Amino acid sequence: MNDKINIILTGVGGQGVITAANILGKASLKANINVFVSEVHGMAQRGGSVNCSVRMGNVTGPLVASGTANVIISTEPIEALRYIKYSNKATKIITDINPVIPFTVSVGMEEYPDIEKVFKELESYGKLYKIDAVKIAKNAGAIITKNIVMLGALAASNILPFKSEILLKTILENVPAKFRDINKKAFEGGIKAIEE
Amino acid sequence: MEILEDKPGKKILLLGNEAITRGALEAGVDVATTYPGTPSSEIADTFSFIARSFTKKNKNPGFFFEYSTNEKVALEIAAAASITGLRSLTCMKHVGLNVASDAFMTYLYVGCKGGHIIVSADDPSCHSSQNEQDNRYFALFGGAPMLEPSTPQEAKEMTRLGFEISEEVRLPILLRTTTRLNHIRGSITFEKMQKPRVKGHFEKDEMLVTIPTIARRQHPILLKKLEKAEKISEKSQFNKIITVGKSSSWGIVTSGVSYNYVREIVDDMKLDVRILKLGMTHPLPTKMCKDFIKSCKNLVFVEELEPILENQFKIMAYDLTADVEIFGKSTGHFSRLYEYNIDIVAEAFSKIFKLKNPIIIPSESQIKLPSRPPALCPGCPHRATYYAAKKAQPKGVIYPTDIGCYTLGKSKPLEVADLLLCMGSNAGTACGLAISTDQKIISFMGDSTFFHAGIPPIIDAVHHNHDVVITILDNRTTAMTGHQPHPGTDFDGMGRAAKRILVEDVVKGCGVEHIEITDPNNFEETTKAFKRALEFKGTSVVISKSPCILLENRDKKKRGEDIYVYEIDQEKCKKCKICIGRFGCPSFYYSDDESIYIDVQQCNGCGNCATICPFEAIHPRGVKK
Repeated sequence: MNDKINIILTGVGGQGVITAANILGKASLKANINVFVSEVHGMAQRGGSVNCSVRMGNVTGPLVASGTANVIISTEPIEALRYIKYSNKATKIITDINPVIPFTVSVGMEEYPDIEKVFKELESYGKLYKIDAVKIAKNAGAIITKNIVMLGALAASNILPFKSEILLKTILENVPAKFRDINKKAFEGGIKAIEE
Repeated sequence: MEILEDKPGKKILLLGNEAITRGALEAGVDVATTYPGTPSSEIADTFSFIARSFTKKNKNPGFFFEYSTNEKVALEIAAAASITGLRSLTCMKHVGLNVASDAFMTYLYVGCKGGHIIVSADDPSCHSSQNEQDNRYFALFGGAPMLEPSTPQEAKEMTRLGFEISEEVRLPILLRTTTRLNHIRGSITFEKMQKPRVKGHFEKDEMLVTIPTIARRQHPILLKKLEKAEKISEKSQFNKIITVGKSSSWGIVTSGVSYNYVREIVDDMKLDVRILKLGMTHPLPTKMCKDFIKSCKNLVFVEELEPILENQFKIMAYDLTADVEIFGKSTGHFSRLYEYNIDIVAEAFSKIFKLKNPIIIPSESQIKLPSRPPALCPGCPHRATYYAAKKAQPKGVIYPTDIGCYTLGKSKPLEVADLLLCMGSNAGTACGLAISTDQKIISFMGDSTFFHAGIPPIIDAVHHNHDVVITILDNRTTAMTGHQPHPGTDFDGMGRAAKRILVEDVVKGCGVEHIEITDPNNFEETTKAFKRALEFKGTSVVISKSPCILLENRDKKKRGEDIYVYEIDQEKCKKCKICIGRFGCPSFYYSDDESIYIDVQQCNGCGNCATICPFEAIHPRGVKK
């Protein structure tokens, strides 16, 4: 196994990207593996572009270097492309297929690119996995579990240096008791989406 | 609460800022003060969170915490506490130390008895700030011992042990952090929690009264204290030499988060080097540094922003007449601009060490991606105020603005931000523009900013009868930094009931003769208020009062009230685009056939769009789920 695991999580503010990154960090600590979680925020807010990095193993720096991500997890297709400089040919790119239209596009100032072109471009950079995380989250019982679906997908991608049970256990410890079933379903849905 | 557990050896994941709070708690901190500002906010917010949970149970958390009126007040309160022997911590963003600097500079002459940690959260790359000043200069400027952590664990330990250094030399310690440290999470190992002292004792001493005769006696005492601090620095566990690979004449000098990038690239490039990692960077351990210089033929300096280590080492090399080649900012290998990362350090090292750069940067996406800039939230009362101000006087107005959410009024379509310097500058620059031009002036600041630094320029305006309209956007919170309370709220940072100070009472007390108090959600009245204020010759103040929509909706949910979202009646809509093109609420969007719709997920139900629509085409649709 590689002694450094570099994970980029991206998406849109409000989709639970930072929460997902923190859960990954806690899971890594539970597995006794050194970890740094870096959240880029400040002026970021609901609707803004969010980018977190999670680094595990023999790492000292909090930030992922260009071209060194083992995986890019994105809760929105163009956000995966926005941070594509972190990828190399071996990078697994896991993205939700559902666009979130920025207000700059809604009000006619900018354009959202053709989604098929976005996927084609993503494929040219790494190994692309497209999942309908919105649908899986809805089926699990709540659309807000989309970030947990993505964590399930990550667990199934054989990147993590610990068992997926540890990640699931950490997730369940960090959500209110009444939402545990929904989150478990969402996580398992994410795993299934990659394995299929 | 996990962060309060007294379990030495336990490991948990903490944000750099939370680690600083934990470090202070382990040291038994008695008093913590702040004015909130990114990237420092979570240090104080963690104190506040703990204090509020104790207050709820009618218990004492063992420390006093407050969100002070501004950073200067915060520093003065904590300084006095430390003078009485208590341990205190004051945290702020880098520009906050400018505000506190008047107190800071002379406090160093007076010194403290109980330990005092002053946290400066610098922001290389201006992620959320108006400049990227390097506050390490403040340590050199005023003569404060300084610690620079690289990781959350180190931040916690430097805070904890910083109190001991502070007490040993009787000076406050500057804990200088940067955004990357403040906002990374890493593993923390708990140490034992010490008990706070709670009460101090003030002993009268003429040396505390810095009249000129005393100040002249205190300055040499400060220099003596710094000599003592240098001895501590020589032995500090935070200053160390790390040898990587085989013995080598190459040395790297670094501090703070830059060390992390250096360490990683040195491994990746398989370099044979010795790294001088400096954690206590003022006073520098001169002997250690000089020995390091003597042992090297080549020295590389890696530090974000200013060449502070590099320049001090050059002086030491000159003193030693050392035959050493220096690589850093002066040779153009590193920049004085922005935050560093692994890519930047790798690129510089590949040139310095004449090796292949191990980082391969793939080409950027060929597809042009739309941006997601921050914007005023749907339903934000500031948007309504801005819209009314523009309606009152559509052209020829200068809009000085201030630090807070209202800077977001700079974007299209509102474009109501023309000049910005610092906290409170809206009103001061408004006065300057009034005497320099014949243009109309409407300035904007928030309520927290008003209490922080907005009052003196209003007094100036009244006293000199400057012809300006100063607007106070009173949303009853410090919104942008995370909804912290301020003197205009009826509770404090410990969750206790607090005397609420009304903006209008203060404005009246400043002698303002023309005051307009308006609810921005009443568009017609607010427009009239701005018109009257503009017509008034002299200083007028418009106080636009409406709570932050995010807090308002949270409270509505708590009270069990419904939030009604709005929709556009497509039959009535004439596509005049006032709602989407001029008001600019981000919950509006165009469909493929250019019809305009409201995204119910985003709509916060302020209803202002319904008021401004000239065709009465917008109405409530139903309850927000």
